[in-house]
Amino acid sequence: MLSPYYYQLLVIASINVIMALSLNLVTGCAGQLSLGHAAFMGIGAYTAGILTAVYDLPFAVALVAGGAVAALFGLLVGIPTLRLKGDYLAIATLGFGEIIRVAILNMKITGGPFGLRGISKHTNLTIAACAAVLVYWTMTRLMNSRFGRALVAIREDEVAAVTMGIDATRHKVLAFVIGAGWAGIAGGLFAHWFRYLHPSSFAFGTSVEILSMVVLGGMGSLEGSVLGAVVLTYAPEFLRGVSPFVSEHRMLFYGALLVVMMLVRPQGLVGEGTTGLRGSKLRKLKVFERFQIGKARHGLAATRKKSGNLKDSTDTCTVKEQVVDLAIGSGAGSKGAGVAGQVSGGGDEHAGA
Amino acid sequence: MLQQVVNGLTLGSSYALIALGYTMVYGVLRLINFAHGEIYMAGAFIGLMASQVAGLPFAVAMLTAMAGAAVVGVIVERIAYRPLRKAPRLAVLISAIGMSIFLRNLALALMGPQTRAFPIPFEVKQLHVGKLRISSFDVLILLTSVGLMIGLHFLVQKTKIGKAMRAVAEDKETASLMGISVNRIIAFTFAIGSALAAAAGVLIGMNFNAVDPSMGMMPGLKGFTAAVLGGVGSIPGAMLGGLLLGMAEVMGVALLRSEWRDAIAFGILALVLLVKPSGILGRNLQEKV
Repeated sequence: MLSPYYYQLLVIASINVIMALSLNLVTGCAGQLSLGHAAFMGIGAYTAGILTAVYDLPFAVALVAGGAVAALFGLLVGIPTLRLKGDYLAIATLGFGEIIRVAILNMKITGGPFGLRGISKHTNLTIAACAAVLVYWTMTRLMNSRFGRALVAIREDEVAAVTMGIDATRHKVLAFVIGAGWAGIAGGLFAHWFRYLHPSSFAFGTSVEILSMVVLGGMGSLEGSVLGAVVLTYAPEFLRGVSPFVSEHRMLFYGALLVVMMLVRPQGLVGEGTTGLRGSKLRKLKVFERFQIGKARHGLAATRKKSGNLKDSTDTCTVKEQVVDLAIGSGAGSKGAGVAGQVSGGGDEHAGA
Repeated sequence: MLQQVVNGLTLGSSYALIALGYTMVYGVLRLINFAHGEIYMAGAFIGLMASQVAGLPFAVAMLTAMAGAAVVGVIVERIAYRPLRKAPRLAVLISAIGMSIFLRNLALALMGPQTRAFPIPFEVKQLHVGKLRISSFDVLILLTSVGLMIGLHFLVQKTKIGKAMRAVAEDKETASLMGISVNRIIAFTFAIGSALAAAAGVLIGMNFNAVDPSMGMMPGLKGFTAAVLGGVGSIPGAMLGGLLLGMAEVMGVALLRSEWRDAIAFGILALVLLVKPSGILGRNLQEKV
């Protein structure tokens, strides 16, 4: 069997996977830099912890409530800031994280600087791992939905996305709220594993750690977030024995990691090489084609009628028209893979024209 | 009441110095320099070392801090910003954040986590004007800030390099067609902004008698708030925003409780972002397609 040490590492890794995946939805997929992700985790952790320890509610209820409260805070922070450019969200979430930490520190029910004690142990590896798998699965579904494609379109070019009829603010806020909610659930798991909460666990440093996981693995890549979370959970433990300086000053290396990754490999370790950070026109085009394909598949019957007209006007061939043609060409019953194959061909053709 | 105005002016003018750096960099790069708070911290440390270890007189220590921070700012720009000039915004934002974390923890590794006292190089006097108490710190901070701001105004409006800065802020491509070396101007902007932040760092470090590696975070956020309040990209806006924020904070603390100090700044930030994101004096920048 696993030694308790590795068992704990795996639990933490699972929680970190959820954190990285949820931040990836906001930062990687929608392209909105959030620097206060740990604060949402803290809100979830304290909510869930207080509900079980003080109000004696069942673990599952507390977990969901923690996620819901975190999501609500996500909505409150997201609405004023996500209407604006990315920089504002980054600063606002940074400030929000600080405020939450100070608020927890000064509240009575949270135990303030003494921390929250008396939470019983409900989280185990099975629950944490199942939660991580569940989040991964929902993320896959989400990213292959119209919503997910719209997020990527916003990340690639917000103005173009809006002209295609995507309500950018609504999508960004929704992604932010979902991300915050999952972080809250991860916090609940965290609370019921360590059985003790302190505001310093959810400070800016933790947010940076999670961001480093996402960036290392590859923004926008789900596998990347999992890989980044596992690597950066294990690496400090491994380095503790090898080089005490490195593990003592790991924030120094996280900072350097973020800079170096952006300079050398912005798409991350396993990123597709096409995600988000290599602004080529061709790739942008592909993203929008994907979005349009989704739209086309939803309304095939409606678009089929117009296809004749579209084919005639191919001189001024826009992405939209080509894609509709492609989607129709591949047939109503076609699966994603077939469509995707045709699309990438279409993209090249278009760029060459 | 008048006492609060004096306190607000003192605090506000130091915020204004920090806000100026944000606004100037935003002007030329359309980006927020996340490492600005850390440059402020670096300036405070350099000033501390210069006066404590090297034993330099105050004015020289201040100039050393400003020059040192300017060098740090230019290095930051060279490493974290310049290679990413054509990269998407998100990449630059992340590398800037990385730089900020790196600098803060570098200071932590080099100087240790403890808060250091700033030796006061002159005798502190209290001036009594009626009921008003004005310490020599207040006078020093106000005079230095106002002096620096006048200097900056002269630099930006009257000199050739200032004209080049305004041209780059207006339109990088056209500026480079006119023979302006855009990269050099951007580096120069970082240097000036960093020097102002260092001056604020030394003044505040001395006023609160505390210098530590994480001291840059809150003033960094406040300086940003001041810049947004005045209108990001506008130099007079940053001065106005800084003074208003300082006033609001001092008044808020006087009316409410002192724990709310930081919440006031963020409340103002949220309010400005909701109601008038372009700030008081900012231009509403429409994104070009």
